[in-house]
Amino acid sequence: MSRPEPAHAHDHAARHLSPARTLDLDPLLDDPKTRIVVCCGSGGVGKTTTAAALGLRAAERGRKVVVLTIDPARRLAQSMGIDSLDNVPRRVKGLDDSATGELHAMMLDMKRTFDEIVEAHADGERAAAILNNPFYQSLSAGFAGTQEYMAMEKLGQLRARDEWDLIVVDTPPSRSALDFLDAPKRLGSFLDGRLIRLLTAPAKLGGRAGMKFLNVGMSMMTGTLGKLLGGQLLKDVQTFVAAMDTTFGGFRTRADATYKLLQAPGTAFLVVAAPERDALREAAYFVERLAAEDMPLAGLVLNRVHGSGAARLSAERALAAAENLEEPRIVDQDGGKAGLRNSPDMYGSSQSPASDPVSGSGSPAMDRTADRSVEQLTASLLRLHAERMQLLSREQRTRDRFTALHPEVAVAEVAALPGDVHDLAGLRDIGNRLAAGRPELPGAADG
Amino acid sequence: MSRLQVVSGKGGTGKTTVAAALALALATEGKRTLLVEVEGRQGIAQLFETEALPYEERKIAVAPGGGEVYALAIDPELALLDYLQMFYKLGGAGRALKKLGAIDFATTIAPGLRDVLLTGKACEAVRRKDKSGRFTYDYVVMDAPPTGRITRFLNVNDEVAGLAKIGPIHNQAQAVMRVLKSPETAVHLVTLLEEMPVQETADGIAELRAARLPVGRIIVNMVRPEVLDAADLELVRSVPRTAVAKSLSTAGLGGARRGGNAEKLVDPLVQQAGEYAERYELEHEQRAVLGELGLPVHELPLLAEGMDLAGLYELAAELRNQDLS
Repeated sequence: MSRPEPAHAHDHAARHLSPARTLDLDPLLDDPKTRIVVCCGSGGVGKTTTAAALGLRAAERGRKVVVLTIDPARRLAQSMGIDSLDNVPRRVKGLDDSATGELHAMMLDMKRTFDEIVEAHADGERAAAILNNPFYQSLSAGFAGTQEYMAMEKLGQLRARDEWDLIVVDTPPSRSALDFLDAPKRLGSFLDGRLIRLLTAPAKLGGRAGMKFLNVGMSMMTGTLGKLLGGQLLKDVQTFVAAMDTTFGGFRTRADATYKLLQAPGTAFLVVAAPERDALREAAYFVERLAAEDMPLAGLVLNRVHGSGAARLSAERALAAAENLEEPRIVDQDGGKAGLRNSPDMYGSSQSPASDPVSGSGSPAMDRTADRSVEQLTASLLRLHAERMQLLSREQRTRDRFTALHPEVAVAEVAALPGDVHDLAGLRDIGNRLAAGRPELPGAADG
Repeated sequence: MSRLQVVSGKGGTGKTTVAAALALALATEGKRTLLVEVEGRQGIAQLFETEALPYEERKIAVAPGGGEVYALAIDPELALLDYLQMFYKLGGAGRALKKLGAIDFATTIAPGLRDVLLTGKACEAVRRKDKSGRFTYDYVVMDAPPTGRITRFLNVNDEVAGLAKIGPIHNQAQAVMRVLKSPETAVHLVTLLEEMPVQETADGIAELRAARLPVGRIIVNMVRPEVLDAADLELVRSVPRTAVAKSLSTAGLGGARRGGNAEKLVDPLVQQAGEYAERYELEHEQRAVLGELGLPVHELPLLAEGMDLAGLYELAAELRNQDLS
């Protein structure tokens, strides 16, 4: 009876040979049934850039796309050839000649969006009363929270217009970028709650006898609120809520509809992260949260993944070799390197370096100086490589941890760029990297 | 040294780490600091490798020389009930308000109020004194919202004072603003040597200054060590590949001949140097941009082993060396 090999040996090998399913983005972008792509993730992981790059790629592959960004990064607007983005979709020019699609881009303007809702849902006089209310002006100008509602609202509006094949959204960089999923629920509990009746009561009341719930506790509450807020602010809030009553109702219906839209098969969520501990921990949270809300997750986009064309040379060996070169060597005084030429070849190569043709033809002394500085440079190159390999293994460890927790999540890895993105070419490059799904190793020497 | 140290920065720059290191650095030599978290992410607990923090001031670390770091993760809902009790003696009414959904309203629907509570709680900790009249905390360090939101966050009480023109909220809001706009407060911005965070830092400083909030220092985080200097980078462009191959071979990494193991390493190594050169130049440009902002600039190293508790103490020591604390 043959004994099976220990299972853990298999597991170990398997995990490194087939890390996670590769997320194939082109079929997702090309599928006419995909109507909304939502990019979420913690701040600073390249969410907005990913959204823009996906939008560009989809457009150049023939779809009519609008990218809705929340991040007011001027650089992103500039990279799409637009001086500044505003609340209206702007056509992006300079797409690939062969592109049959279109790319539009817009940036969420919270106050403008809020004002538009008010204008659309309240008659002229009432709208003016709301827009001039100091409490409204504060609320709409964009404290944390407002952004989430307005992002939901704008997404719903764009979808309802049905002008685009595909809407790519990047979510607000809030504490939890999924707060916007809560927007309809929170709004609902607020509107169904007694507080709103309490707040609207005095304004509506005017002596109506029907308001039986205005009991003793109730007047104590109004008293408390008055004491807390000051009479004038309470009045502002009350008039605001009263005036907003109808508008809020409509907003809630639409937010509910948008929430359902997000759960529908035409939507794909992408969780964006970088291979760092905090970012991947947040990514795991997003994955779990989306599952809990029945939101369709397409996969994880892992930005800024590092690779090396010389991955076979480990950090330890690179450092040891660097030290080898940096040690002051007595043999140099003899004008030769005989001792080193005989050093064991760690790669097991039988070639002798001594047989290599040596460039340069100066005096032996000058040659030695040149050799010396080349050796120092080589040592630095090796140290740089060691640093890269350490980074690689750190990234691998954090990635493994995520994959172990969520093996079901498909992953697209995007190789790190040394610089920032400045133009469409840069976005296109990222799009290519995204579609490749794995980082292409530059100058891979040994597969 | 300002007693309220606010730490902001673009997402992903490590502002929580810097805030925690600063709290440790300021606690050194018998001082007591309070590290305040306002974004509900439990980043501090993770950093100090402790369980999730409750809404309570709790000692989480001892600093070199016997100082103490306390931490507080502010929960807006509890902070509101706290406030009602503390300032308005409204414990019972607070519970009634909660039943009505007013607390939910205040902390989630009416978004500005959340910020009022968070800043208010931090300022309360700054001003708090013990029975002997000594400040409870020598310093309060706040892990604040990101740069894009910081001015609005700190200024929220101005807005509130404008809305509630009289009454206890008005007075309270004004008291908070007095602390935040005084030299008692310093707002530091954490950045990386990359274009977008640097741009956001410059924008953030302009906004803070326009709102007359006291800007402190720029802290460049995760600065990579200089492995190749300008001369190396010059040389790498001109050096014959065969010479590098020969050196690699000398170092014991295989044959230098075409197809030999050492020779095969040359291209990828030179390519990595090329990427380094690009980043090097970019970092120098960004350093220059930061230098023109007219604020003290400090740099913290990237920790090769990743961030852990030992690394945190290392960064705290670095901050002390640079006289930041």
